[in-house]
Amino acid sequence: MDGNLITAILFATVVAGTPLIIVALGLLVNERAGVLNLGSEGMMAMGAVVAFAVTHHTGNPWLGALAGMAAGMSASLIFGVLTLTLQANQVASGLALAIFGVGLSAFIGKPYESVALQSVPAVRIPFIADIPIIGEALYNQQAMVYLSWALFWTVLWFLYRSRAGLVLRAVGESPASAHAIGHPVVLIRYLAVLFGGAMAGLGGAFLSVFYTPMWVEGMVAGRGWIALALVVFATWRPLRVMIGAYLFGGVMITQLFIQGSGLQIDFPAQFLSSLPYWATIIVLVVISRNANTIRLNSPASLGKPYRPEA
Amino acid sequence: MPDFPLRLEPRAEPSRLMSYLSPLIAVALTLLVGLLLFSALGKDPIEGFRYFFINPVRTLYGLSELLLKATPLMMCAIGLAIGFRANVWNIGAEGQFVLGAIGASGAALYFSGSDSAMLLPAMVVAGALAGAAWAAIPALLKTQFNANEILVSLMLVYVAQLLVSWLVFGPWRDPYGFGFPQTEMFHDAALLPILLDGTRLSFAFVIALAMLALGYVFMHRSYTGFKMRVAGEAAAAARYAGFSAKRMIWIGLLCGGGAAGIAGMAEVAGPMGQLTDKVSLGYGFAAIIVAFVGRLNPVGILFASLLMALLFLGGEQVQQYMNLPSSISMVFQGMLLFFLLGSDVFINYRLRIGCAASV
Repeated sequence: MDGNLITAILFATVVAGTPLIIVALGLLVNERAGVLNLGSEGMMAMGAVVAFAVTHHTGNPWLGALAGMAAGMSASLIFGVLTLTLQANQVASGLALAIFGVGLSAFIGKPYESVALQSVPAVRIPFIADIPIIGEALYNQQAMVYLSWALFWTVLWFLYRSRAGLVLRAVGESPASAHAIGHPVVLIRYLAVLFGGAMAGLGGAFLSVFYTPMWVEGMVAGRGWIALALVVFATWRPLRVMIGAYLFGGVMITQLFIQGSGLQIDFPAQFLSSLPYWATIIVLVVISRNANTIRLNSPASLGKPYRPEA
Repeated sequence: MPDFPLRLEPRAEPSRLMSYLSPLIAVALTLLVGLLLFSALGKDPIEGFRYFFINPVRTLYGLSELLLKATPLMMCAIGLAIGFRANVWNIGAEGQFVLGAIGASGAALYFSGSDSAMLLPAMVVAGALAGAAWAAIPALLKTQFNANEILVSLMLVYVAQLLVSWLVFGPWRDPYGFGFPQTEMFHDAALLPILLDGTRLSFAFVIALAMLALGYVFMHRSYTGFKMRVAGEAAAAARYAGFSAKRMIWIGLLCGGGAAGIAGMAEVAGPMGQLTDKVSLGYGFAAIIVAFVGRLNPVGILFASLLMALLFLGGEQVQQYMNLPSSISMVFQGMLLFFLLGSDVFINYRLRIGCAASV
């Protein structure tokens, strides 16, 4: 394989992994506070369509990204009110959000289906982008790719080095104890849910504005669900989210490269396209096989409602 | 929480009245927000209401279309409800529906020369088996490897859609179909008989009602159904009683998959008459809402599926006459579930005005 092809594949893998990193890191923080929001597919779709519309009207992709975050947050707020204030079942509420968000995004996006956006130019980092093979792949990327790395370091620092992160983890492990020592459990969970929503919205915005600058109904194509699986795969740890996201990016890209390479393999395109979904299933099986891995690593109160005693 | 003027106070026991009222409150709130939505879009809300909820069912033909749309919803939802009751979260009915359609189409195409009266029953069986087989994957992976059934069953929805796309673009494509991604039209013996002349309402509706009845017997009159309800409502009690959790998972997923498979069969052997890559219009996902709005109860599911079918038809009407995208029906469906989940809080809590008396 020649160097250019490796660079091209690496480049595309990083891009494909980026929305997964952003969304999965948001969900990770969300779940570390003990709240399971299955609505990420809907929040991503909302973020994608709103970011697209705003970018189309203002011509500014960053305003679009902000609007996408706001859309994801608003969607997650519905979920927050239902599960945190009204004590509704988290699984059912998340599913409702997934269905609602996908539907609403299709509704809002109808007029934008035939519109194209200008692609956002890459940002080249001087000197290190000149490193052979990996330089062009890693350091001549969309600004959002660098942003996803910054997000990773921020989440890592927040969870393990900051006081607020410690409190958040305590809320996820034992909301009753956290409440007993005076932490506002419900408020912290609201903030975590909103952060998850904002990141899902941003991930959606990346898809529709930066990755493929267009809007098509159903364009999120299960990435919201894959991000949820990634968090399980990562056993709720940020570094593993990064690794997993790039692995998935690699699977998505490899099948595209095989399809586009014109290699005469007698293998239907649809089977190649289904690879990322099979990969998700396999990854879930491998990581869940040992029940203890999940039990020891998942936040103890994940998915359980908590209502402070007055 | 700081002192709110409105507080939720736990009820001593769940309110039965509220558990019946809550779906009605949800419908009322959905209507209200729907009217506001129409106004916000600059449309006459009364006209929108008429197109959405009255026009589709003003004629006998409209009513038959309502029952036609409700049929797959009923079938999928009753299967899902069996699993949901035991906290088995099968979210992949959409994929199991597609597999059922594929299985039934396979039988119809393979026996395309047959006039046998046994062909339709064979297609039902093929559809049910294909749907159940698709649901068996998450069941196996959950029971053997503890893999989350929500995510696995959902991933398989995407795989199923790619599978049907491959079939109708590839080996099963109608050679005389001008290249459209669809199979040839089924022959008469592979089509469900029509119930009412001049409509598209087929025998599938009768099958759906029978499935609801069967579901009722299973959930409320059988020991296994009882065990599954216990497992859902009190997992610890079920464990203590020695009920096998793995069996519940298998039964929950296979019922859901089989029922969705039959629904897929009814779609290709009914209104479609062939297999295309757009075989499902989201019935599998909508059925999740039907199951919840119907309180996981066969009678409730009957009403909820009629309501959701009305939302589908209403979406088509407003697209045709008011120039709004038909995806508005998905918005209404999602809203309905939100409001239901929200008003369900009053089953276990009551609203108190004023501050807590004493803590």
